[in-house]
Amino acid sequence: MSQSIEKEELLLSSIKDKFGDKVSELYVNPKRIKILVDRENILNVATFVRDLGFNQVISAGGTDFPKEDSFVVDYHLISVDHEDLKRIIFNLSTKFPKNEPKTPTLMEVWPSAEYHEQETFEMLGIIFEGHPRMERLLLPEDWNDIPPLRKEFKLPSRLVEHGSS
Amino acid sequence: MEVVDQEGRTLTFSIGPQHPGSGHFRLIVKVDGDFIVDVKPDPGYVHRGAEKMCEERTYIQNIPHLERPVIFDSSGILFPYVLAVEELLGVQAPPRAQYIRIIMAELNRIISHLYWLAIYGIFLGHSTMFMWPMGDRELFIDLAEAIGGTRVTFSYFVPGGVRNDLPPEFKERALKTCAYFEKRLKEYDRIFFSNPMFLKRTQDIGVLKREDAIRLGVTGPNLRASGISSDTRKDEPYSSYQTIKWDIPVRKEGDCYARAMVRFQELFDSMSIIRQALDLIPEGSVKIAMRGQIKGKVGESFARTEAARGTMFYHIISDGATHPYRVKISVPSFRSLCAMPFLLKGNHLADMPAIYWGLDYWPVEADK
Repeated sequence: MSQSIEKEELLLSSIKDKFGDKVSELYVNPKRIKILVDRENILNVATFVRDLGFNQVISAGGTDFPKEDSFVVDYHLISVDHEDLKRIIFNLSTKFPKNEPKTPTLMEVWPSAEYHEQETFEMLGIIFEGHPRMERLLLPEDWNDIPPLRKEFKLPSRLVEHGSS
Repeated sequence: MEVVDQEGRTLTFSIGPQHPGSGHFRLIVKVDGDFIVDVKPDPGYVHRGAEKMCEERTYIQNIPHLERPVIFDSSGILFPYVLAVEELLGVQAPPRAQYIRIIMAELNRIISHLYWLAIYGIFLGHSTMFMWPMGDRELFIDLAEAIGGTRVTFSYFVPGGVRNDLPPEFKERALKTCAYFEKRLKEYDRIFFSNPMFLKRTQDIGVLKREDAIRLGVTGPNLRASGISSDTRKDEPYSSYQTIKWDIPVRKEGDCYARAMVRFQELFDSMSIIRQALDLIPEGSVKIAMRGQIKGKVGESFARTEAARGTMFYHIISDGATHPYRVKISVPSFRSLCAMPFLLKGNHLADMPAIYWGLDYWPVEADK
């Protein structure tokens, strides 16, 4: 198989032409593109990326980076019907400080982001502004603790095992 | 069913969470007469926290627990995990292991589709179609057991290859089972897929148009039943799938019938893929020898494969330790949640089982 990244670079340069400094490129590999944008611009960039042909959210999730005091939200996008884009996974990510865990919802751009965003809200406490249901999805009704995918949350079983509680 | 409230003409009640037929999951349904006017899916009853568990265990320790959400398709949910870990390690499975993985993944696809078919039979009031697939499924479980050692959760895929080689005379046994099952599928067609009862209950029911299928994010056979030729095995070939020939089954109708027929066709295709893989499989080792604890390089990787229910996706972030920093799992069932209320609204309550199970939504998989 050829490992040419012509198409990937072409896509990226069209985004850069449009948005300039607002988009920082993290990497372009064969079949993979990752860009980072500020949450202020994510809606515009997302709309542009969708119009390029990436029409489905395959996954959206967040990660807690306590050392950098920030959250990163990753949207992984695919195209299901454009032959030349099908092999690519487009990773649109945004980063913001932990004390302001908010980012606009991308449901208007991709309705398929709905449940992924709700799960991310529940697991990390990140609020997706404009999302109609920022409420519990998978955790038990009586869950009374911090969002579990934050790094401060330690699995109780592991605490006992290491003798630190 | 428990009555929750009653306001004027409409009635709101829960279906589930006590196993509405396919795992613990609740649908909050609002009806006017016997028409569904609103639906809210309520998943989470079998949430295990698989993503959090991954952060506390080593790359190898993660393998058995990651299979649990989808025991009928346990190789399907592990496949992208091992591919993503291999990318972090900078290794690739040997050619023989790649073909063995194809065989195992396709066996699992057949096992999963037959389980779906059995439950679909009983949901539509056809008990024979419950008995037959459940019985024939055992033959494929026997084949998978001969390779992996257990009936459903094999923990067979490991980073760097597969745990062990195929048993002796596996090829003859597999070909015999496939030849028998192909004959059986003709009987399936006669008694179920061409049955007027089945046609009445599925044709033009729960129509998902092409644009809606893309917009709502459905994947796998559900997407292919709405006229979109999308299959990760072809779109981004992995593990030597590029050497295998088959046509993606696509149907234009987008109704429950189309979704069932795509899965029916995939049973034939999976057997064809197994036969080709058995012919193409080279000699050689099945695993790269790795000493000590596996440590990924600092960075991240993502991988997707075509599991029985659709595209399975993993995003793994590594900080160089022996366990992953973050594992994001995106499973196909979870992505059916958007489409479910859309399809159910406006239909008769009696069509709910056909639409719900026609999507092959598996609550345990969606909850992780």
